[in-house]
Amino acid sequence: MTLMTIITKMAVGLEKTCAIFFLTLLFAIPLGMIVALLRGSKIKIVSWIAKAYISVLRGTPLMLQLIAVTYGPYYLFGISISRNKLIPVVIAFAINYAAYFAEIYRSGIESMPVGQYEAAQVLGYSRIQTFFKIILPQVIRRILPSVTNEIVTLVKDTSMAFTVSYQEMFTIGKQIANSQTSFVPFIVAGVFYYVFNAIVGFVMGRVEKRMNYYKM
Amino acid sequence: MSILKMTNIQKSFGDNHVLKDISLHVDKGEVVSIIGPSGSGKSTLLRCATFLETIDSGTITYDGKNAAEMRNGRCVYAKKLNDFRHIFGLVFQNFNLFPHYTVLKNMMDAPVSVMKRDKNEVREECLALLRKMGLEDKADSYPGLLSGGQQQRVSIVRALAMNPEILFFDEPTSALDPELTGEVLKVIKQLAEEKMTMVIVTHEMAFARAVSDRVIFMDGGLIVEQGDPEEVFGNTQSERMKQFLQNYNKV
Repeated sequence: MTLMTIITKMAVGLEKTCAIFFLTLLFAIPLGMIVALLRGSKIKIVSWIAKAYISVLRGTPLMLQLIAVTYGPYYLFGISISRNKLIPVVIAFAINYAAYFAEIYRSGIESMPVGQYEAAQVLGYSRIQTFFKIILPQVIRRILPSVTNEIVTLVKDTSMAFTVSYQEMFTIGKQIANSQTSFVPFIVAGVFYYVFNAIVGFVMGRVEKRMNYYKM
Repeated sequence: MSILKMTNIQKSFGDNHVLKDISLHVDKGEVVSIIGPSGSGKSTLLRCATFLETIDSGTITYDGKNAAEMRNGRCVYAKKLNDFRHIFGLVFQNFNLFPHYTVLKNMMDAPVSVMKRDKNEVREECLALLRKMGLEDKADSYPGLLSGGQQQRVSIVRALAMNPEILFFDEPTSALDPELTGEVLKVIKQLAEEKMTMVIVTHEMAFARAVSDRVIFMDGGLIVEQGDPEEVFGNTQSERMKQFLQNYNKV
């Protein structure tokens, strides 16, 4: 198999890699915010549930969660494993990443000086207005570097979908490597991930720059 | 008529009885300064008046309407507290400007999005205020690029943009170096000349004496002495205030 064929075959899986990546972000970013807000809830049981969620999803391997979400329904309820593994894969990634995002949001929200809340309160802003107009925009700027970190990790973590044989780029590469007894697919995969992350780094750098229009 | 009336205010943080029984009224056009040692409860009193802290017992009345009152021995706040918030403004020690908003947006946002006022009308008013304060060239600047004195002046105009009937100042110059204190005090003095009703918690004794209609000396959660500034400073009655002023003058 020539290098070109390997690249072409793996590039087909890249579409699925991108699907995991973008869908995970699409769901995990808002879900993380919900978890962070629940964790900060004054109602004890609610905040306790959110804490337990974060604890379990951060404390167990993503690989295990992928297997659990993909095959769990079959073993537990006899529901047949879905043809399209994208759904369980994205669910596993999204709930896992939401736990990490939730903690990043929390750190950002907690780093806000109390004076910002007090100034907003005295001016008559409602709690929802205060959060969306005053707090959140500043929190986003503060947490952007940590979020970038998480996104870069996600790019590489998509390769874990191979544990449930989802045909994304790395899974295909691994199959080629096995059948051809070749190391080349791994090098190709490495280059793919590196270029992907270089783009992520560039885009996030631009976003950070745009957010830096004011001094904190 | 009194704009603000606080009666028998008590407030504790755990075992710490910060306000022991404070009664205070502020009439329209009056400038009241509150002085006293750290921990005497001055700032807590302001924070109670502006609902940043809830009182344990007592009554808070604005324009004759009760914002907090005693019912069956318990202190109950009015349902629509926000209607009261439009009556006063508060200037913080650390300014607490919104760093992601320009100076103009800091001023305009609350009148527009909280009071639902017409944007263009508010803009004209705010620009006029900035011009008056000599800050018109800062309208589009972000607070982080301004000096401390400028930031505090902006936070004063932000409070003024809500057209409050009474303005509270919580140690407005304590976070500023001496060189910048003057420009802020000048603004407050200008407002006093325009008969703005103000309550100022301050450590600037000379300023309190010069600008106030009434001076209140607090210690240990109680009002120890109050009255005309010349009287209070020139002919101090209580031992505690004499001692306080002595220590102050020693430096």
